[in-house]
Amino acid sequence: MTRSPWLWAAGLTTYGFLYVPLAVVVLFSFNDSELNASWVGFTTRWYGILLADDNMLQAAANSLFIAIVASTVATVLGTMAGIAMHRWRPKLLPFLVLTPVAMPEILLGVSLLLFFRQVLDLTLGFFSILAAHITFSIGFVAIIVRARLAGMDESIFEAARDLGATPWRTFRRVTLPLILPGIVAGYLMAFTLSIDDFVITFFVAGVGMSTLPLQIYSMIKVAVTPEVNAVSTLLMALTLTLIALASRFAPETLKSGQ
Amino acid sequence: MPASFSRLRPSAARLTRWLVTLPPALFLVVFFLLPALIMAAASFREPGEFGGLAPLSEKGFTLEAYRFVGEDVIYAGILAKSFLVAGATTLLCLLLAYPLALLIARSPKRQRDLLVLLVILPFASNFLIRVYAWIIILGPLNLLYSTTAVIVGMVYVHLPFMILPLYTNLEKHDPALLEAAQDLGAGTWTRFWRVTWPLSLPGVFSGAVLVFIPVLGMFAVPELLGGTGDILIGNLIKEQFLDNRDWPLGATLSLGLTAAVLAVAGVSARLTRGRGAAA
Repeated sequence: MTRSPWLWAAGLTTYGFLYVPLAVVVLFSFNDSELNASWVGFTTRWYGILLADDNMLQAAANSLFIAIVASTVATVLGTMAGIAMHRWRPKLLPFLVLTPVAMPEILLGVSLLLFFRQVLDLTLGFFSILAAHITFSIGFVAIIVRARLAGMDESIFEAARDLGATPWRTFRRVTLPLILPGIVAGYLMAFTLSIDDFVITFFVAGVGMSTLPLQIYSMIKVAVTPEVNAVSTLLMALTLTLIALASRFAPETLKSGQ
Repeated sequence: MPASFSRLRPSAARLTRWLVTLPPALFLVVFFLLPALIMAAASFREPGEFGGLAPLSEKGFTLEAYRFVGEDVIYAGILAKSFLVAGATTLLCLLLAYPLALLIARSPKRQRDLLVLLVILPFASNFLIRVYAWIIILGPLNLLYSTTAVIVGMVYVHLPFMILPLYTNLEKHDPALLEAAQDLGAGTWTRFWRVTWPLSLPGVFSGAVLVFIPVLGMFAVPELLGGTGDILIGNLIKEQFLDNRDWPLGATLSLGLTAAVLAVAGVSARLTRGRGAAA
């Protein structure tokens, strides 16, 4: 089919729109100037300032810890939900699993704030952030695992049964190895979502606890500083690494916009 | 009953089913469904003296928050502005996304995955970083803190949601249709408007919903890029819960947002079904 010069021009313009702003952020993280306005000279001092910023490091440690725990729990529950939706086609479960994925984040954030403060009378912090992150991640893991199961040939399971395998053995020796790439991709997805989440965390974090996105938010709310560019560049490098890992373990999750 | 479970006694099969289904279901009932229902109930309560809700025994249930929202035209105005911003964002996303989606769909098969990956990559960087990028760019241009800045930021943050469903749709089009149109003497524009565009409408609708709905509830983009007048419904909700501490009003506005979201999703589902094809 034809790709006319006009189509090329319009398509490349959109790619430019997608990439130029991020390139500007990365470029100015190496700029020897307080202002993100014009290029002065090369420096890595913003990275030095960043690595000496205790608040930022503490927030990063919090984010990492929450992301590891939340994505582990979400992967276990999401895998169960994905298997259940594929095998037994329950009616209520898809509603519970998919609605938090589809609704505006602010609604989940404020309803959890109300729930934690008014009903449980809980001090906001680690636990409330963790519960919120697990809630919105389960759906993404379940979707990926279910898609993986849907693409598989049911006769493999029949063969295992005909050869005398118990259901548990069939699951452990046949199903699990086959859906493992989906589970790994789901884990990486949940991890990225957790470490990136701003909106929901903003409502359920309380005053004592900060995460990396909350720390970035409070910095850019006050003033523009190249330290934000430096932390942004490092975060982008981390995300790229995770995507590279995901494409190794489960290349199909990166294809055709799934 | 799936094959691998048919060897189990019926009671054991049922037990397996519950053991797998219940943990995620229970977790989501507690942390998603219950909070949502509590929020609906909170909209009928009175605000507490020091934030939160007033004790039920003292104040009971009331329609006060609804009356308040209904009487003040400011709320209707802000809802209208939210819809306008969401509409403008959706249109601009469509304008930027369509040519790129078409370009990728018409590329040779082996190039497509790479071109799609190039769409997803910037989307994978943190949401705040993508907003921050526009603070740096629009600041020196004197465009920061305006409705224009808000819309540019919204478009940037949500663009992939439009590109991906459009591409998924366009990729499935049969090239023979365009060839047939050409053989019948249709020019480039006619072929696009009479063949490609109508067939791509399911993709357009699903992309539009994926952009429109999150924009409707967004508070961070107006807060970081907008001026003092750029308050959308998301900002209003955030204000009630975190600054004014009028939770019943916040809950009422949240229910309003939920209703708006459901209406948008419903209209889109109807339009898509009317076309008889999924994106």
